[in-house]
Amino acid sequence: MATRSTLPPLPSPSAPVPGGPGRKRRVNESVSTWRLTDRIGYLFMWAAGLLLCAIGIGIVLFMALKGLQYLRPSLLVSRPQADLDQSKSGGFLDPLLGTVILTIVGIVIATPLAVASATWVVEYGRPRWLGRAVESGIEIIAGTPDIVIAVFGLVLFQQGIFGWMSFTAQGGAVFGRSFLTAGSMMSLIALPMVFASTREGLQAIPSHVREASYALGKTKAATIRRVLLPSVRANISTGAALGMGRIAGDTAIVVVLLGASLQLDPQGDVPGLKTLKGTGGTLTSYVYNNSPAGEGNAPQKAYSAAFVLLLIVIALNFAVDLVARRGSAQGIETSRLGAAK
Amino acid sequence: MLEQVRKPWTDRRAERSLGALACLVLLVILFMVVFVAIRAWPSFHANGLSWFGAKGNVDIQLDRMVNSGANPTKADYQLGAWPLIYATALTTGVAVILGLVFSLLSAIFIVEFAPESLRRLIVPIVRLLAAVPSVVYGLIGILVFVPLVGNHLITPGQKQSVQYVIQLSGGSLLVSSLILTIMITPIMIAFTVDGLYAIPRSWREGAVALGVNRWRAMWTVTVRAARPAILAGAVLATARALGEAIMISMVSGSKGFAPNPADGLTFLFEPLRTLAATVVENAESINAPAMRASLYAMALLLLFGGLVLSLGSWLIKQPLKKYGVRN
Repeated sequence: MATRSTLPPLPSPSAPVPGGPGRKRRVNESVSTWRLTDRIGYLFMWAAGLLLCAIGIGIVLFMALKGLQYLRPSLLVSRPQADLDQSKSGGFLDPLLGTVILTIVGIVIATPLAVASATWVVEYGRPRWLGRAVESGIEIIAGTPDIVIAVFGLVLFQQGIFGWMSFTAQGGAVFGRSFLTAGSMMSLIALPMVFASTREGLQAIPSHVREASYALGKTKAATIRRVLLPSVRANISTGAALGMGRIAGDTAIVVVLLGASLQLDPQGDVPGLKTLKGTGGTLTSYVYNNSPAGEGNAPQKAYSAAFVLLLIVIALNFAVDLVARRGSAQGIETSRLGAAK
Repeated sequence: MLEQVRKPWTDRRAERSLGALACLVLLVILFMVVFVAIRAWPSFHANGLSWFGAKGNVDIQLDRMVNSGANPTKADYQLGAWPLIYATALTTGVAVILGLVFSLLSAIFIVEFAPESLRRLIVPIVRLLAAVPSVVYGLIGILVFVPLVGNHLITPGQKQSVQYVIQLSGGSLLVSSLILTIMITPIMIAFTVDGLYAIPRSWREGAVALGVNRWRAMWTVTVRAARPAILAGAVLATARALGEAIMISMVSGSKGFAPNPADGLTFLFEPLRTLAATVVENAESINAPAMRASLYAMALLLLFGGLVLSLGSWLIKQPLKKYGVRN
């Protein structure tokens, strides 16, 4: 029985498709005719697929349940206080602001860098070895653990020339921890995603588009600026949204480079800059510190903050779909799972 | 000066500026290796090769480093990081092996066998699992699974059998590797699915025409041809698992202990702590010189692990280029 064709036959151009046009015809095969080992494998495969669904739905439902159970609007607008009594320890306004500030700082640094590198690699990339080295370099950064990036940031920004970015003690020792320094290192987390997405977009633009632009007398630089970059705008936003999701969800860099303090702790007296130069915490560090592993040990607060964090990250990740549907994004449709990398 | 910038850029200038920005990335990597290595040197210098060996209780050694103050003697640098290295290898290894099986089966399901309605559900779920921050996984782990394992799975007999060596509280190898598996599976699924889609469908049809069933055709033709993609995904997932700090530090029990396979089933319930988790947990006391050198030494080890794995995945992906798969 195993000799039966089990894939839907390709419709030949001359013969009419049986079942009428537009209907997918599938030869029904019975798994019961398979060999036992194949049937066991098939069973395991279904089990894996369903388990995956169950885990995903389970995590979302569990977090939603716990989050809605403990989340109060007042938690979102009150500042956290260090207090053993949970009714007095306030909400998580500061960590929420910290997440927003850090994400913005990180993506503002990462996007131009990543777009410039991707443009150079695709459009110029000469000498060849250097172009390839840059591409592998970005892959290496993508594979570097965030904790290593964090401790690297600490030693880098404790050098004297970066003193303006953070708090400098009386003796001239640079503290190295601030929103600016943490944001700079966070940009390395987001960089590979923006780079990959921009590169995909640029590579998907047919070469006749460039040739048409040259034929109209535009230089290569003008072509990049006026023709190529506008047409990969959707790709850049996709990558940026994914990168922002990654930044918002990262904890190690916050713990090491931002101080992971409860409240925002401004330095100096220039408005705006003083927050950026100061230390603080984000939702991730708030969750970490309020879990049994941290000092706070307030599971209810941790659950509600984690729920808010999860909502932010999910929103950023699925904003990608909106961008792809609206814009003329190149190469986004083909790699819908690419976001998982 | 400003006028110069506002004038239309010449090609040469555009190429140079963009190229300079791109090369900044290489500079960052170079700096990363150099700076971390310089700070790590005192620890390797004081310990030599025995840094990688087992030398008594790691937690006691780390405590001594914190207390050694600003001018540590050579004895304060003493560190045998074997339990941490072993724990890293153990959690990563278990997670990658489990994840490989799980992700391969799921990817085959997504590509070939899932009904359309289920596929529409499962693809967003994979992306969701990849997007969930590690601290959320850690929170669920420490508040749900650690107490579950500690109170219901570990029998009092098992607790007694090792009570003079280590306390079993639930934070364990079992919980850490299982959650780590869930965290790295989406990356592997993404790579595997891309790889499976890249293999021409006609190859599989050829196999079916020769008389094997769909499962066999998938398994013997498509999966075999997509092996480089699967391996590349596994390598990248290994890098992700190596560097996972926060989740592990929350659910592993956080003891500098090397679980002993000779303990039988209890082995799964023994606590541990990986290199990355050690760095993140001791980040507060990084100003003590002995501690700093040790933590940077651990970071250097992780950095080299990441570099080797990146190189590996690059090498593995070379054969894929001929099918036009870009990752």
